Amino acid sequence: MSILKAALPEKDIVTHVTKLDGKTPGGDLHDKWSKYKSEMKLVNPANKRKYNILVVGTGLAGGSASATLAELGYNVKTFCIQDTPRRAHSIAAQGGINAAKNYQNDGDSVQRLFMDTIKGGDYRAREANVYRLAEVSTNIIDQCVAQGVPFARDYGGLLTNRSFGGAQVSRTFYARGQTGQQLLLGAYSSMMRQVAKKQIELYTNKEMLDLIIIDGKARGIVVRDLKTGKIETHTGEAVVLCSGGYGNVFFLSTNGKNSNATAAWRCHKKGAFMANPCFTQIHPTCIPASGEYQSKLTLMSESLRNDGRVWVPKSEDDKRPSDEIPDSDRDYFLERMYPAYGNLVPRDVGSRAIKRVCDEGRGLGATGRAVYLDFASAIDRLGKKNISDKYGNLFDMYETITGESPYNMPMRIYPAIHYTMGGLWVDYDCMSNIPGLFVLGEANFSDHGANRLGASALMQGLADGYFVIPYTIGNYLANNSMDAVSDTAEEFKESVDEVKKKNDSLLKINGSSTVLELHRELGAVMWDLVGMARTKESLADALEKIPQIKDKFWNDLNLMGGGDNLNKSLENAARLADFLELGELMAMDAYDREESCGAHFREEYQTSEGEPLRNDEKFAYVSAWEYVPNSTSILHKEDLDYEFVEMTQRNYK
Amino acid sequence: MSKSINLKLQVWRQENEETSGDFHYYSMNEVPVDISFLEMLDILNENLTKEGVEPVSFDSDCREGICGTCGFVINGIAHGPQAKTTVCQLHMRHFNDGDTLVIEPFRATPFKIVRDLVVDRGSFDKIIQAGGYVSINTGNGPDANSILIGKDDAEEAFDSAACIGCGACVASCPNASAALFTSAKISHLLQLPQGKVEERARVKSMVDKMDEEGFGACSNHGECEAVCPKGISIKNIANMRRSLIKSIVK
Ligand SMILES: Cc1cc2nc3c(=O)[nH]c(=O)nc-3n(C[C@H](O)[C@H](O)[C@H](O)COP(=O)(O)OP(=O)(O)OC[C@H]3O[C@@H](n4cnc5c(N)ncnc54)[C@H](O)[C@@H]3O)c2cc1C
Ligand code: SF4
Ligand code: FES
Repeated sequence: MSILKAALPEKDIVTHVTKLDGKTPGGDLHDKWSKYKSEMKLVNPANKRKYNILVVGTGLAGGSASATLAELGYNVKTFCIQDTPRRAHSIAAQGGINAAKNYQNDGDSVQRLFMDTIKGGDYRAREANVYRLAEVSTNIIDQCVAQGVPFARDYGGLLTNRSFGGAQVSRTFYARGQTGQQLLLGAYSSMMRQVAKKQIELYTNKEMLDLIIIDGKARGIVVRDLKTGKIETHTGEAVVLCSGGYGNVFFLSTNGKNSNATAAWRCHKKGAFMANPCFTQIHPTCIPASGEYQSKLTLMSESLRNDGRVWVPKSEDDKRPSDEIPDSDRDYFLERMYPAYGNLVPRDVGSRAIKRVCDEGRGLGATGRAVYLDFASAIDRLGKKNISDKYGNLFDMYETITGESPYNMPMRIYPAIHYTMGGLWVDYDCMSNIPGLFVLGEANFSDHGANRLGASALMQGLADGYFVIPYTIGNYLANNSMDAVSDTAEEFKESVDEVKKKNDSLLKINGSSTVLELHRELGAVMWDLVGMARTKESLADALEKIPQIKDKFWNDLNLMGGGDNLNKSLENAARLADFLELGELMAMDAYDREESCGAHFREEYQTSEGEPLRNDEKFAYVSAWEYVPNSTSILHKEDLDYEFVEMTQRNYK
Repeated sequence: MSKSINLKLQVWRQENEETSGDFHYYSMNEVPVDISFLEMLDILNENLTKEGVEPVSFDSDCREGICGTCGFVINGIAHGPQAKTTVCQLHMRHFNDGDTLVIEPFRATPFKIVRDLVVDRGSFDKIIQAGGYVSINTGNGPDANSILIGKDDAEEAFDSAACIGCGACVASCPNASAALFTSAKISHLLQLPQGKVEERARVKSMVDKMDEEGFGACSNHGECEAVCPKGISIKNIANMRRSLIKSIVK
């Protein structure tokens, strides 16, 4: 213990004394936003066209922001890494989007959605932001329907809803299992309309690699053309970063292969604070890795736990096929450990229990990282037809991937990294601490506290893009007069040189470890030591191991090809370089936060029932980290003052 | 525990848009049958990198069959032999020990080959820009439930809207026609009251754009429907034609 302590950062964590201000407007919670909006300065229509706004990312956040800002008359330039904006990772969201429409007349309201989100986030989100999110949620559905998003309907032609975790009302709007796809195509089509009107200039196959700050304000970006390797520069009066989450730090996650932290991390290195990086969400029911070649993980809807029973063999030596194991030799561990909730325990509790039985050596298959989700008794009880009506498409998807039919044998599932609540720090205006750099969607930290509720990420991305940024960016531009900048400015030249140098140095290492090997290595450390359950020791260990991988990366990387054409290995290497630095900060943040809250579970801090134990006295703050070159990051704190809600112990029993 | 197979790969390699390409031959031994096709290529690329050869460029993102990023031709079939399956969802258990697999990019004039198996399908964006939207600004939408849409209509609109823009339809069409892709968007919007308003202008403009971008004419081969991983029906093309005739007749 003492050795660990000596080796460890305790003394290295420099805590800044100044309080960080979220700039929440005053007044009553319920009319903060409307009052603030009515007091904001506006940019007159004729002037809007004088402003260039650079939007990075075309997911729900970037797509909706680009379209809306262009409709208002700003000149928008939009960037994404894919060959078309429609492929942003938002496309993969399945389940649905929340909104306080109360169409079901079941008692929903803005206040209730607000309370559920605050409580779901385990009291680590900013009250005013969450209230605004709940407030604009209803406008989102109106907007999407008007665009032609084919949400599910009932026979009377009205919209239907489903229920999601952490709520007692039915407020989730959905389009089969492809809600993200349909919402994104809605935002994308609005964007395309503005591209046709030449109000948006579209830059596909471009990766942002640096942020340019001139006179203290965000004034441009540096991007690499992924097809030609050319480094290009773009100037503007504001930068709106919508580059998504960083779940791929863990290598295996439900995120798309191109999801990365690079844009956000490069902004961080230019001074933008990174907030709550250790808040990462694990989803309990994903298709497990089938072996060492696994490249990503696929989500299986949580709704399956309504009828599926989770179990492993009682004995770790029991290697019989599932149908030869009698009930008496099975351990239905969720039902055993949590008799009141059984298989329907909350996401984080279920995930941790599954990990525990696998750590005990009772996990299934070659990897030992899987448990059964068994529908046999439900099929007996309700009939195959009934089960197929409810879960048919999920069963098919499972069979496509695994080759096994859940009608005949139990599914195998395992938790996976799914979402990152942390992100760049933003104030109430969604602006980072760098003036003119706005951050929307999963890339910011703003609304979900320590745990996001299902169907709330889509809501937040669209709220930020359709209904928040159009107001707050206007206010910023109207209040700040700016000289024109040119990309011949020294700041651009320096950055371009820097970016080129970095790529060249990656290409010159000539070692023997591939990007994939090193990324897997980082992922294993992150998952084992900074994953679902963390301890002071595991985090200390991670803080030693990550720098070792980083060293190996910079000394032993084997990267083929050059920098002046499409080179996926180079792209991945540059992203991994950033993940390595971010991973270390995540461990540091988790180390600093000596409490459990939401998805951040420090084993030392739990209730007798194994629930996260918060420490509001000491940790009711947002941790916002400032990058310091060649030294330890500085921690700034934004205190979370709960004016309208009482902080209580979360209880779903 | 898991079975493995040996394969011979014949892979198209091309430096960039300007250069010409050719096939390269690789042996893959002991490929576990549980892994996906793209994971098999991941292994190939690891091996190549270790041998000092540049890896094969191919693209993917979601690897769940929804983003439309992946896609190439395997033994003459876009997305490979498994019906209604994108190549990222195709698993090695559908192949046999000793198989030779010929892997080449989607070939069609409007899709430029970026490198090896990667093509740029940005021309699809141009078609959507020509009218694949409802003209409504943010904040102008009426209450969502004020627009009634029958369940069946909503479901049908959804079936059309499920297109992932992968381009397999174009790659498999002898004429490189984008009719299935374009008609899917047209039918999606046509089947909803929100989209009906602009029907005539939309169909005309999108069809013109298809020609302008260099996609060929549809001559009812039906290959597109056969390879479409999302089961987009050629009924959509009939809808598009009907709508086009209406727009011209008026
Ligand atoms: C499998 C899965 C299912 C989900 N299901 C749900 C659900 O049912 N409900 C829900 O609410 N949430 C769900 N989520 C979460 C939700 O989908 C995401 O949080 C949300 O879509 C993120 O949107 P975004 O716009 O912030 O980022 P993204 O959609 O990730 O978009 C990022 C964009 O940034 C671009 N980009 C990234 N880096 C750069 C760079 N350096 N330069 C230029 N461009 C860059 C990309 O090209 C892309 O366009 C799910 C997530 C997953 C993984
Ligand atoms: S119609 Fe089918 S094949 Fe063509 S782009 Fe859409 S999903 Fe792909
Ligand atoms: S990678 Fe997304 S559809 Fe195949």
